[in-house]
Formats: sequence, C-alpha cells, structure tokens
Amino acid sequence: MIWVDTVVQGVLLGGLYALFAAGLSLVFGIMRLVNLAHGDMIVAAAFLILLLVQGLGLNPFLAALLAAPAMFAFGWLLQRFILNRVLGKDILPPLLVTFGLSVALQNGMLEAFSADSRRIPIGPLESASVSLGGITVGVMPLLTFGSAVAVIVVLNQIFYRTALGRAFRATSDDPVTASLMGINPRGIFAMATGLAMVVVTIAALYLGMRSNFDPSIGPARLIYAFEAVIIGGLGSLWGTLAGGIIIGVAQTLGAAINPEWQILAGHIAFLVVLVIRPRGLFPRALD
Amino acid sequence: MTTVLDLIDVSKSFGALKVTDGVSLTVPKGQALGIIGPNGAGKSTLFNLITGNISPDQGRIMLLGQDVTRLPAMKRVRMGVGRSFQIPQPFEGLTVLENLLAAAVYGRGAPEAAVADDCIAILRDTEMLAKANTLAGSLSLLDRKRLELARAMATGPELLLLDEIAGGLTEGECRALIDTIRGLHAKGVTIIWIEHVLHALTSVVERLLVLDFGRVIGIGAPDDIMASKDVREIYLGMEA
Repeated sequence: MIWVDTVVQGVLLGGLYALFAAGLSLVFGIMRLVNLAHGDMIVAAAFLILLLVQGLGLNPFLAALLAAPAMFAFGWLLQRFILNRVLGKDILPPLLVTFGLSVALQNGMLEAFSADSRRIPIGPLESASVSLGGITVGVMPLLTFGSAVAVIVVLNQIFYRTALGRAFRATSDDPVTASLMGINPRGIFAMATGLAMVVVTIAALYLGMRSNFDPSIGPARLIYAFEAVIIGGLGSLWGTLAGGIIIGVAQTLGAAINPEWQILAGHIAFLVVLVIRPRGLFPRALD
Repeated sequence: MTTVLDLIDVSKSFGALKVTDGVSLTVPKGQALGIIGPNGAGKSTLFNLITGNISPDQGRIMLLGQDVTRLPAMKRVRMGVGRSFQIPQPFEGLTVLENLLAAAVYGRGAPEAAVADDCIAILRDTEMLAKANTLAGSLSLLDRKRLELARAMATGPELLLLDEIAGGLTEGECRALIDTIRGLHAKGVTIIWIEHVLHALTSVVERLLVLDFGRVIGIGAPDDIMASKDVREIYLGMEA
C-alpha cells in the first residue's frame, strides 16, 4: 500500500511539473523558441501574486486571476518588441536573449524582494487532505493535478477548435506561407507567448502555495519543465503531462528509497527515456 | 475597364544579378495572363514582388488603384492577392478543410461562420471535398496542387497568382486542373499564371507575357507571341 501511495503522490506531483512545462511546450511548439527565462518568469509571476495577496488582502486564486491578464500583456509585449526581432533561422540569438532575460529577472527580483524565502499563504487549505480508498492525498496536490489537466484540455481546445488555434498550427508549419494567407506570424507569436504567460501564472500560483520560493529557484524549475517537455515529445501537450508524471513518480519513488535520491531519480528517469525513445514518448508525427 | 494590377518600372536585384529589370505591366480586371520564360528568367521573383514577399529596389506596384509597394504580404492578401506555390506548401499538420479555413478567416478577415460554406464550395469546385478531413501532409501530388489552388481561392482573391500549377501532372490530371481554372476564370477572377506546360497555359489565357533575364521581351495575344521570331529563339531555342 505504501508503494501505491508513493506512486499516487508522484503522479500528483507530476501535475505541478506539467504546469511548469505547458507554457514552455506551447511556445516551443509554435515558434521553436526555447525560453531559458521560463522558470524565472514563473517565479516572477509568483511574486506578483504574492504582492496582490499581501497588498490587497486577496485570496490567492483571485490574485492569480488578476495577475493573469497582466502576465498575458507582459508576454505579448515581450514577444512583439524583443523576441520577434531575434527569431530566425539561427537558434542562438533567442537563446542568448532569453538567457540574458533570465539573469536580469533573477537579479531584478533579488533587488526588489531580497533573497528571503517566501510563500503564498493559503491557510488551512495547505494541510487539508481527503481520503481516497485507503490513500490519503492532499487537497493542494489534487487541485494542482486537476488544474494541469484543465490547462491542457483548454489549450488543446484552443489549438484544434478555434480559428486562432488553426493560425497557431499553420504558422508553426510555415510562417512564410501563413503570411501569404493573411496571417501575421508576429502577431500570432505574440498571442502564443501571451497565452504561455497565462499558463505560467497558473503554474506560479501552485508553486507559490505549495513550496517556498525565492528569486534564485527559477532555473531549477526550468530543468524540470524541459525534462517533462522532452520526455513527452516536443509539441505534444498530453505528452508533456505524461513527462511531468514520469518525473514526479520517479522523484517520489527515489525519495521513498532514500530521501537524498529524490532529485537524482527524476533526472535518471529522464535519461532512461532519452535512451529508449530519443524523440520522446509522443513525438509529433510530422517534422 | 478597371485595372487590378499595375507594375510601373519595377526592378529588383539580388547582388549583381538583376532578376527583374524595369518591368511595367497592366492587368485589367477579369483577364487571364500567362507568363512564360526560361528557368531563371525571374518569373517567380515577379510573383514574390506582387505578393510582397520581397520589395522592389525601384518602381511601384499598384493593386486595385492603390500603391502597395511598401505594404507587407499579409495586408496584400486582405486586399485580394491569392497565390499558389510552384512547390505545394500546404500546412501539413492541418486537415484540408482547416487549411482553407485558416486562409479564409485570416485572408478575408472574416469570422469562421461567414466563410465555412464558401470553403466547402471551393472544395467541391476543386474536387477536394471527399478529402476535407485528410491531413494535408498525407496528400498525393495532384491533391496537393489542388489544395494549393483551393487555399489560394479561400483567401477570396481578386487576383490569383498560379505558379507552375500544372507541372509534374499527368495528361488527365492536367486536364482536370485546367477545367477548374477555366471555371474560376469564367467567374471573373483575374489570373496570372506562370507555366511551362504551354498547351495548358494557352488553353486558358487570353494574353501572354514572355520574360527573359528579368525583362519583358514580348506581350500580346498567345498566337502572336508564339509566332514571333524573338520568342521562338529565346524561349523555345529554335531557329525561326
């Protein structure tokens, strides 16, 4: 029973990693842009939510609802005025720009919020739990996992059921041809990054409520997000969820054997998947 | 008679190579114009200049009486320039219908509900209706060419640019495609068609332009052009 419990906790933890990764997966899938500042943006969004919670006395979920449009605008502007300028055949410039952004964000947050460890206060919800057939699971991990699934369902609906989603996929296929169909690739990219920042806000909400955070933890979240995206197969959102779950389960199993092995076990699982399926579990059929 | 396209002394160089050399051209509404010329004559470049993929070094491009020389490609699509590519470039991850919907919604700036019926009609006209839900990436060459045409139509063009759409097709496939293009022409769509398959071209167009080294070396009725000495020498490589 202890093993079943461990696996369930791991699956739920995977939901958090999938949330970290969904925005990254979205942006990479549409414009082949690897955002090295993704983790720092999650931390920045967590600070924004914390400010709203402390400054206005808001419920964290309500604060995230307010932070989301602001983060959308941030992502839209960032893409429109900075990242669009460096996107091209060469993949190095966007990497360098987002790396620089990562350094700037970390130091900016250090300056503004100090290196102190913070947490978004949620009161009794933090330790609330429910019993599911003999296994006790925390309400927070359950909410996180549910949100991850919801985010992926909504993103897939946008992708496959709306005109905007078709434009996302068309532009991802071929930006030049898309522009000859009246689609503005730069506008589409800006929408995509804006949308990714909304997902980042949701990830930040759960990151901030479930664990302590400080300005320096972004890059470590980025690693988990990367691993989840790559395990799942580039461009597949459900694959990203599966990737998150694999890392989560590996971590909790590792921790059950020896607490020191938690982080390492996740990375080992990632390497094993890479050896067996170099293109990930659910690679896109095309490209 | 209204003019759809006006090129005024348009030139474009890539490095030292002059690929478009002082081309002037007026295309009245409803006309089907054919463009022929040897490989490297600058035919596709001319299309790229008209669609706005590249901008000219000098000269002006007028579309429906409006100067579009500095207007980006996606805005010209909205004004009514539809294009099919020489090498079909469908959005492979989208179904055939989705390809058309994407082109129609963004190319016309209209909501999906307003264009869906028209997209279905275009699929029927281009004999692609049965494959509406097939992924474009899995289509045969003929179907890819049909999709190129259908997608260009979906943008709601006043001016349709066809780039070697008959190339590589069998005789029967070619005839089917010609019928489709004739049908579009009959509906009043202005067409400019680059083609090496001459009999296909001359069975549709009423005017023929010959391009060589970026220059217009002949323009007029197809029969006259094909009979002219210069054209036979330069284009067909024959002693007249």
